[in-house]
Amino acid sequence: MSVEITRSAAPPGRSRGLRLSNAARNQIYGMLFVSPWLIGLLAFTAYPILASFYYSFTLYDVINAPRWIGLQNYIFMVTQDPQFPVVLYNTLYMTIIGLPLAMVVSFLLATLLNNPIVARPVFRTIFFLPSIFPVVAIAMVWLWLYNPNYGLINSTLASLGLQVIPWLSSPSLAKLSLIVIYIWGQGTTIVIFLAALQDVPRELYDAAKVDGATALQRFLNVTIPLCTPSILFVLITGIIGWLQYFTIPYIMTQGGPMQSTNVIGYYLYQNAFQFFKMGYASALSWALFVIIVVFTFIAFRSSARWVYYAGG
Amino acid sequence: MAELTRAAPAVAEVRPRPLRLDRLAGRIALYAVLIILSFSFLLPLLWMISTSLKDTPQTYHVPPIWIPWPMRFQNYPEALMAQPFGLFFLNTLRYAVFSALGAVLSSALVAYGFSRIRWRGRDVLFFLSLCTMMIPFEVRMIPLYLIFRNLHWLNSYKPLIVPAFFGSAYFIFLLRQFFMSIPLELSEAARIDGAGELSIFLRIILPLAKPAIAVVGLFQCIDAWNDFLGPLIYLNQPELFPVSLGLQRFLGQFVEKLAWPYLMAASTVVITPVVVVFFFAQRTFIEGIAISGIKG
Repeated sequence: MSVEITRSAAPPGRSRGLRLSNAARNQIYGMLFVSPWLIGLLAFTAYPILASFYYSFTLYDVINAPRWIGLQNYIFMVTQDPQFPVVLYNTLYMTIIGLPLAMVVSFLLATLLNNPIVARPVFRTIFFLPSIFPVVAIAMVWLWLYNPNYGLINSTLASLGLQVIPWLSSPSLAKLSLIVIYIWGQGTTIVIFLAALQDVPRELYDAAKVDGATALQRFLNVTIPLCTPSILFVLITGIIGWLQYFTIPYIMTQGGPMQSTNVIGYYLYQNAFQFFKMGYASALSWALFVIIVVFTFIAFRSSARWVYYAGG
Repeated sequence: MAELTRAAPAVAEVRPRPLRLDRLAGRIALYAVLIILSFSFLLPLLWMISTSLKDTPQTYHVPPIWIPWPMRFQNYPEALMAQPFGLFFLNTLRYAVFSALGAVLSSALVAYGFSRIRWRGRDVLFFLSLCTMMIPFEVRMIPLYLIFRNLHWLNSYKPLIVPAFFGSAYFIFLLRQFFMSIPLELSEAARIDGAGELSIFLRIILPLAKPAIAVVGLFQCIDAWNDFLGPLIYLNQPELFPVSLGLQRFLGQFVEKLAWPYLMAASTVVITPVVVVFFFAQRTFIEGIAISGIKG
């Protein structure tokens, strides 16, 4: 950064002896304007990341000072902790099954809404609203919906003489039950996809039609390619969101039954604030971080092959 | 489902031509599917409201009762008295208002620095700020907890509000996109007239950016209203709880006694402000989300 000080460049009437050149002035102002973020970055992001990295090599119960134990947390995580593979599996399951499922449903709903329909805002509102509800309220409502005996779904099934479904009490079903809640709360994604669909120029559809493309071909070869930038955005924010999944399992299942909904976000919280194993929890958070970076990297790298930027 | 997707683009090409029979059938099918789907999206809400007005026998009736009669409106006052919900609402309101104020002020300043002034290192730092969006809160959570513990800020709203005054990458990104769309000539003209950067920011850019500022304020308010993990870590005195923690405490109090009408009444009350805000600021919401999704 070079701060040039020039006398002559000063406009007449405003000079107070020393005047900064335009470039230097911009440099100072630019940095001044972003300084709140820079300070926040150092205090609330950079330092915590470094500290967390340090804690991940220690034994730390908050009461006693952290004690350096080298790689032991990481070795324990990978080779001894019986919970870690389970938690990792659950987290990946939710991300790899839940996210694409939610994206496909959202895209189809957005496609439906993209038709010239009366009362589109009403439908859009209905699909969107759940996404801004407080998670605790969502958890509460779904706990009651999924209630084994008196919840809406099972009591309807029972009164029809059908088999009731163990939504949250069956280890093989609980993850899917939580994914359903996630899909229900995906309104923001629908709005993003709808906006992208509405940006697709009509001429392209007309041109494809002249070339004899069927409706399905137009959907696959015009609609989807033009929406890929939004799909990438939703994919990346979704990966990050799913990998940090916490509140719903915390309130609804406490990671159960039989650890089937214990995801890394919840396990990390347990270690830090229930078992007071800050060191091990820090190591877990770094494992989570690495997973996020790897997934996002894959999404970005692959995007060169499947994301289409109009005019770019 | 697959059938409809295929039909969808075709329906989009309805021209002012006389409706043919198959077209009409297509329209009817489309509306039928939309109505069924939106009804199923509304089901949890309707079930919540319905339960909130039931007495005990109605609640545990099989098959489920949709419209309880008589309606038990006392569930609402009784549920809200069971925990100091008034206090929880005030706590949350304070959290939402102050953190939104912080988010708007800081993110707008920073976004200005990232978009309206040219300086060396700007784009690198902006890229860095985008990268920080990838960092999970979980990685920072433990050291942040320890920092605020050492500052004796636990059991106060400072750990939740103060960081908002240092900008958030997502809001900075959103506002920067908006500021970039304002012609640079406006700033240049003001500079020639001798205006300083701060006055350009306050007098020209901010007034033009009102819609984007509204998006940021609104999103932060909603985030604060819904925040759970932050308050869970930093607050453990019930009189400080925001509604999210209060509601969860309420669940612990009642789930054993199977008092679902109370729980649903409280949930309805907690959801209502969000719905009301949405209806007043619908366009702001939808446009804010659309901007971030398309230009992202």
